[in-house]
Amino acid sequence: METTLPKYTYKDFASDQEVRWCPGCDDYVILRSMQKALPEMGVRKEDVVFISGIGCSSRFPYYMDTYGMHGIHGRAPAIASGVKLANPELSVWVITGDGDSMAIGGNHFIHVLRRNIDLNMILFNNRIYGLTKGQFSPTSTVGQRTKSSPYGNTQPPFLAGELAIGAQARFYARAAGNMPKELTDIFIAAEQFKGTSLIEVLQNCVIFNDGCFTGVTDKEVREDKQLHVEHGQPMIFGKARDKGLVLNGLRLEVVTLGENGITEADLLVHDAQEPDPTMHQMLVRLEFPLVTGIIRSVPDVTLEEREDALTAEVKSRSAFTKADDLFFSGETYKVG
Amino acid sequence: MISLEQEQSGIESLEHVVVRFVGDSGDGMQLTGTQFSDTSAMFGNDIATFPNYPSEIRAPQGSLYGVSGFQVHIGSIEVSTPGDTVDLLVAMNPAGLKTNLYAVKPGHTLIVDADAFTKKNLDKAEYETNPLEDGSLENYRVIEVPMSSLTKEALKDIQGLDNKTISRSKNMFALGMVYWMYHRSTEHTVAFFNKKFKNKPLLIEANTKVLNAGYYYAETLELIPNAYTIAPAKMPEGTYRVIMGNTATAWGFLAAAEKSGLELFLGSYPITPASDILHELVKHKHFGVKTLQAEDEIAGITSAIGAAFAGRLAITTTSGPGLALKGEALGLAMMVELPLVIVDVQRGGPSTGLPTKTEQSDLLQAMYGRNGESPVIVIAASTPANCFHYAFEAARLSVEHMTPVILMTDGYIANGSAPWKIKSVAELPEIRNNLLKDAPEHWHPYDRDPDTLARYWAVPGTPGLEHRLGGLEKDSTTGNVSYVPENHEYMTEIRAEKVQRVQQNIPDVTPEFAQEGELLIVGWGGTYGALHTAAKQLHEEGYAGVGFAHFNYINPLPPNTEQVLRRYRKILVCELNSGQFAKILKIQFDDLPLAQFNKIQGLPFGNEELLEQFKKHLS
Repeated sequence: METTLPKYTYKDFASDQEVRWCPGCDDYVILRSMQKALPEMGVRKEDVVFISGIGCSSRFPYYMDTYGMHGIHGRAPAIASGVKLANPELSVWVITGDGDSMAIGGNHFIHVLRRNIDLNMILFNNRIYGLTKGQFSPTSTVGQRTKSSPYGNTQPPFLAGELAIGAQARFYARAAGNMPKELTDIFIAAEQFKGTSLIEVLQNCVIFNDGCFTGVTDKEVREDKQLHVEHGQPMIFGKARDKGLVLNGLRLEVVTLGENGITEADLLVHDAQEPDPTMHQMLVRLEFPLVTGIIRSVPDVTLEEREDALTAEVKSRSAFTKADDLFFSGETYKVG
Repeated sequence: MISLEQEQSGIESLEHVVVRFVGDSGDGMQLTGTQFSDTSAMFGNDIATFPNYPSEIRAPQGSLYGVSGFQVHIGSIEVSTPGDTVDLLVAMNPAGLKTNLYAVKPGHTLIVDADAFTKKNLDKAEYETNPLEDGSLENYRVIEVPMSSLTKEALKDIQGLDNKTISRSKNMFALGMVYWMYHRSTEHTVAFFNKKFKNKPLLIEANTKVLNAGYYYAETLELIPNAYTIAPAKMPEGTYRVIMGNTATAWGFLAAAEKSGLELFLGSYPITPASDILHELVKHKHFGVKTLQAEDEIAGITSAIGAAFAGRLAITTTSGPGLALKGEALGLAMMVELPLVIVDVQRGGPSTGLPTKTEQSDLLQAMYGRNGESPVIVIAASTPANCFHYAFEAARLSVEHMTPVILMTDGYIANGSAPWKIKSVAELPEIRNNLLKDAPEHWHPYDRDPDTLARYWAVPGTPGLEHRLGGLEKDSTTGNVSYVPENHEYMTEIRAEKVQRVQQNIPDVTPEFAQEGELLIVGWGGTYGALHTAAKQLHEEGYAGVGFAHFNYINPLPPNTEQVLRRYRKILVCELNSGQFAKILKIQFDDLPLAQFNKIQGLPFGNEELLEQFKKHLS
């Protein structure tokens, strides 16, 4: 029996636990954006599950008044896969960080994307290990000085989006951790997308890596430095909305509207649903402007759908409905 | 060599006999052995089998390390092991003969494919001279049969068979001969051909023809002077089937899922010798079984933890190296107090060790192989057939007590097969679960059943029970994260006490034979057959003071364990490790008169060595 969905507010999703992230951390923004997104998603509170690994971000489930599990380091995608496969009715969210997902949990991260289980992952990327107090992470830049790289990091970083799309991510979005409205919208879109959705949040760590993204995320510069893409819209950015992207050979090029006869009609139009990942990878790799928004959103069959279809087919031709049917089938014999 | 003319014709009646089929990996020895054992079981014999195959998938043909074998022990009396020594060895090539002759008692029979004893094959088997000609086999009764050429001859009128198919069916010639020797009908195997080759009538015809050719060869040419009969065994009335340990384990979980009304979820990563449980369960989607072949061992267990959180009967299957990888996640399952079964089909360790050999050396890992104070229930199956029972028990205990259970089996019982008196799900005990359907007032996630101390199972999707679990220590009342020192100690104690109270939900250990006296033989897990057989022999030889206690419940131990142990003047703990169960007993009970017999060769206990040890402790 369908009953109507209660009218939730963000407060319905906030637990009674005091939030203990450092003052000024972007995690507060992400948390509140999620609490605001949930009432808009059309899901029941009791059907929402947050699964996390280990790290600062992974405390997230404790602050949500939903079902949740704070797991072990790197394993949240696998735990969440079990939850979702066991009960596909649930809205399942993975909360992870750059170390959790791409170092210790790298294997689960790529395989959950490959399988396309219908769950959502939020990757809090601050290019540092926060909870263990400041070692470099797999997204730290070369030369970055950290507790474990006092003379500068020598390990080249992963680009989360590039790795994810390489692992066949069907949905990938990137957003700055200081833009709550954008985050809320993306969270809602991720929930509506059938398949594994990955949202990378560029998150400032005020203690160990302060300012790691300020060059592109600060209020003063972000309109000039970020290109926020929307499906079906031309790729325009800049405070004056006068810059855009065109394809020059095999490279993306920034052009100025009005210069050299360039008009809006010459600009690339974002197609998030293009199955070929080439353009999406180019957008992910672009350093200027930094591309944010839903870069890739390609509908595909989910693992649950494949499994359900197979189960229905096997059931339809199976002679077994109870375990006894199996136990007494085939070559049995009587004694006495 | 024993002259054939000297043999008397007639039929000899035996109580039990051990047959071993050996040949090249590609010779179909597993199939031959399985057919012989299934046919014998249906004839009413008790059986125990053990396959022995190389870990190389396609070892070079004819090589010593490419030999594949299958041993069958059939009896008109109770048979508990596949047997130590072989009464009849069927060797399809020189390498098979060379690597298996040690197991044949002098005076017993060898059937060899004489066609395979070529210079090339002898070289590969590192024979300097042909053992069929150099007199080295004079203590055995050797029956040389040109099986390859006889098979070819039998098939010469069938058009359309390639040489490979012809050469591959010679195992059926051997099987036919053995059927005649033991008065077995070929009927079951012919039915098997008809099913297996349903759409290949040519193969049905060819295999049947070769099988019959072997049978008639043995009969009409009178090359085999005597035949043996093994009468049906006296077994309890009922409907039986022959089952392999790993299949029985899988079926035990199917039964538990149906009995408990919970859907089964398996998260697993392939590993020898546990993979057959995965192979079996993936077949049963019609029962609502969900499986995930995960990206690694850790994802195998963590996906199962997720499924347990979502209210499923969750299991994961592995062997020793995988259990090591699962350790941290097993600690999480214990900490969040969710039901979960971990099956460890033990193999020879440490590290990669001896993947295709058996050992009992994961016991202490199962007991203690996690960070922190992390007790879980540990139980062990002891025969191929009772893997069913203990898989069911593992599921029952984990669901009723809301804690992980490690079920230990081993490569020996997992790959061995035996008759199983089929259990109907209706005959099995109830499984009570702790699922909460509605939100009780003032509910907290760590509220406990006052008797078992089990947490209640609040599953996502249930309104009003939203809560957070996790690996961080939780407040015993509110379930919130807590660093309070006294709370941590209290929670540590309550988790241990919860596992200890499982004693109230498991049976006593009941010794066989003497209930008190001079010597108690103690074993656990997959060594039951060997220990029981040897202990029974002593008992029948008149040793009145010898008892035998076999343990299936390891943590906690059965409630009467100490009482039983103290009734004997000496306790001999026999294990396929260096004394891990003995250590567990020593930790729990002071001043036990313990002695140990340990074997770490990747092999099961042999009968003779056990008898020798037992008697040593009796003098």
